[in-house]
Amino acid sequence: MTTDDGAVLAPATPRAKGGFGQAVSDSLVMAQRNLIRMLRIPEVVIFGLIQPIMFVVLFSYVFGGSIELPGAGTDADAYREFLMGGIFAQTVTFATAGAGAGIAEDMDKGLIDRFRSLPMTRGAVLTGRTLADLVQTALTLVVLALVALLVGWRTHENLLKVLGGFGLLLLLGYAFTWIGALIGLSVRSPEAATSGGLVWLFPLTFLSNAFVPSQNMPSALRHVAEWNPFSATVQASRELFGNIPPGYPTADAWPMQHPVLASLLWSIVIIAVFRTLAVRRYKSATG
Amino acid sequence: MPSAIYAEGLVKTFGEVRALDGVDLDVPEGTVLGLLGPNGAGKTTAVRVLTTLLRPDGGRAVVAGVDVLKHPNEVRRSIGLSGQFAAVDEYLTGRENLRMVGRLHQLSARDAKKRAATLLERFHLTDAADRTAKTYSGGMRRRLDLAAALVVSPPVMFMDEPTTGLDPRNRQELWSVIEELVAGGTTLLLTTQYLEEADRLAHDIAVVDHGRVIARGTSDQLKARTGGERVEVVVHERALLPTAEEVLRGFGEGGGSRVEEHTRRITVPVTGGAKLLAEIIRELDARSVEIDDIGLRRPTLDDVFLSLTGHAAATERGAGTGAGGGDPGTGARTGTGAESRTGTGARTGTGPDTATGWDVGPDADTGTRAQIGADRTGAAS
Repeated sequence: MTTDDGAVLAPATPRAKGGFGQAVSDSLVMAQRNLIRMLRIPEVVIFGLIQPIMFVVLFSYVFGGSIELPGAGTDADAYREFLMGGIFAQTVTFATAGAGAGIAEDMDKGLIDRFRSLPMTRGAVLTGRTLADLVQTALTLVVLALVALLVGWRTHENLLKVLGGFGLLLLLGYAFTWIGALIGLSVRSPEAATSGGLVWLFPLTFLSNAFVPSQNMPSALRHVAEWNPFSATVQASRELFGNIPPGYPTADAWPMQHPVLASLLWSIVIIAVFRTLAVRRYKSATG
Repeated sequence: MPSAIYAEGLVKTFGEVRALDGVDLDVPEGTVLGLLGPNGAGKTTAVRVLTTLLRPDGGRAVVAGVDVLKHPNEVRRSIGLSGQFAAVDEYLTGRENLRMVGRLHQLSARDAKKRAATLLERFHLTDAADRTAKTYSGGMRRRLDLAAALVVSPPVMFMDEPTTGLDPRNRQELWSVIEELVAGGTTLLLTTQYLEEADRLAHDIAVVDHGRVIARGTSDQLKARTGGERVEVVVHERALLPTAEEVLRGFGEGGGSRVEEHTRRITVPVTGGAKLLAEIIRELDARSVEIDDIGLRRPTLDDVFLSLTGHAAATERGAGTGAGGGDPGTGARTGTGAESRTGTGARTGTGPDTATGWDVGPDADTGTRAQIGADRTGAAS
């Protein structure tokens, strides 16, 4: 190291910024960072795909034909179409674990400390992570939709509605990554964040209309399933994909009667609540 | 000179533990303060408070002229933080890491890119610039971490144990970088548990123990408080020890000599310096005491630490008091090397780590307090 060159010490002048513009650019820088990481650790993305693909195949061929759909009987093809909305929705919620583990790892490695000592927008670390997860979720959905087409899934509505269905699924996935972010900031290790992000997802996604029609459940469970935020998105995507068999009785619960609106509302409420909690937690995080 | 870092009465408790128990600090612009203390003394907590990462329960702090509690984001524009655990994203390349930090410092994409290239070159990372940080050695990561802290050339730098866990060569290299930085006018607060490091880099040293600053001064001032120089003699055979001790006691200033049987070493406090050394050699020769080694030893910061706290600076739990006691002897030397600690072992201690590590008995504690009293008197006179 020579001392003649003042380059290290020459001040680089930061542009005066702030407000919304800075929030956006900081979030994008963080999203870019997380996307690069995903490219460098493709195993994570690949393993993230295997489970939903297995579910598509297993549920289609094992349960298809034995689960009775009101309005379609035990027609395996009808069940396969019915099933996809559930699998898609379950898949997007699994992004929760990834977001949580990523943020817990950043805490663990001291990166959160570095970010918190920088003059950056407070929520950008979390927003960047959740945006990167959203991209990953979208890719997963594309692959999954292709597999679903292979096993015989078809949509029966116009393109706009179909895209709307995927939009609602992505929004739900995005909302759930904020739950993951809060978990990641609250636990002590990436491993804990992964399991902490998954344990409650199984009951949540199974106590719903995702795999079996809620009409077949005992009444207490049926109410839980019909008001489950997750069920609203499942129902909405089925409706928008045209995957509800003709003659399938719609449940009386409000979210089942207005699934698109209910799905939107639930996702927005989840984002509002968990984003607020997570950003607050981030500000006081101690690594 | 105006203060670049100023803290008054900082208090932070984690549950039962008072990690900071009224810390006052004052670092004039362009100087280096070494915060010296064992694991869990409160050094890291102090740095975390001053760098806006942690809100103290009490006290106030001003960094680069800005109140840390009132305007943390302003403070963040003027500081660089290089941590104990190189905080770089290991899946990004060195270049990507630096560009990211530059962008987050609100540099334009072009400036961030330029800055990254400059820093990579300065820190000898150009060859590795496009490899992921995962492939870097420990020393390279530290350099990258330091480079990340320097992206906007902050006027005030904080380094939390910058060389912990590094091998001697990498430590030397990092020290050179730090010295260069300071020569350029950067104010630096450095925490360390290596006395050698504080000795070499810091203008001023604050010794921290149990969340308090227990002594403060230049390295020389602190050493002067501990007492003068000593002569150390290693005799050729054990049988010669009694005779040698008798000779040395004649030259000593009455402070009592110390004999270590197994190393055949005798240490005696003296005044008179090098001239005395010649006389001692002549006298030993006259009494036919064959010696393997003789030397004049000035007190090290190890000795200072031991006499201030009643325990050594980097020995493990409980060992310090037993080995050295009040005697600033070789006991303090054990375990000061960087190699004796592992990065992962220290990892759990980043947060409220104060409870771990230092088990000083009540006796030693009283000793410490008494020493503080003595220090204050010394400083006043």
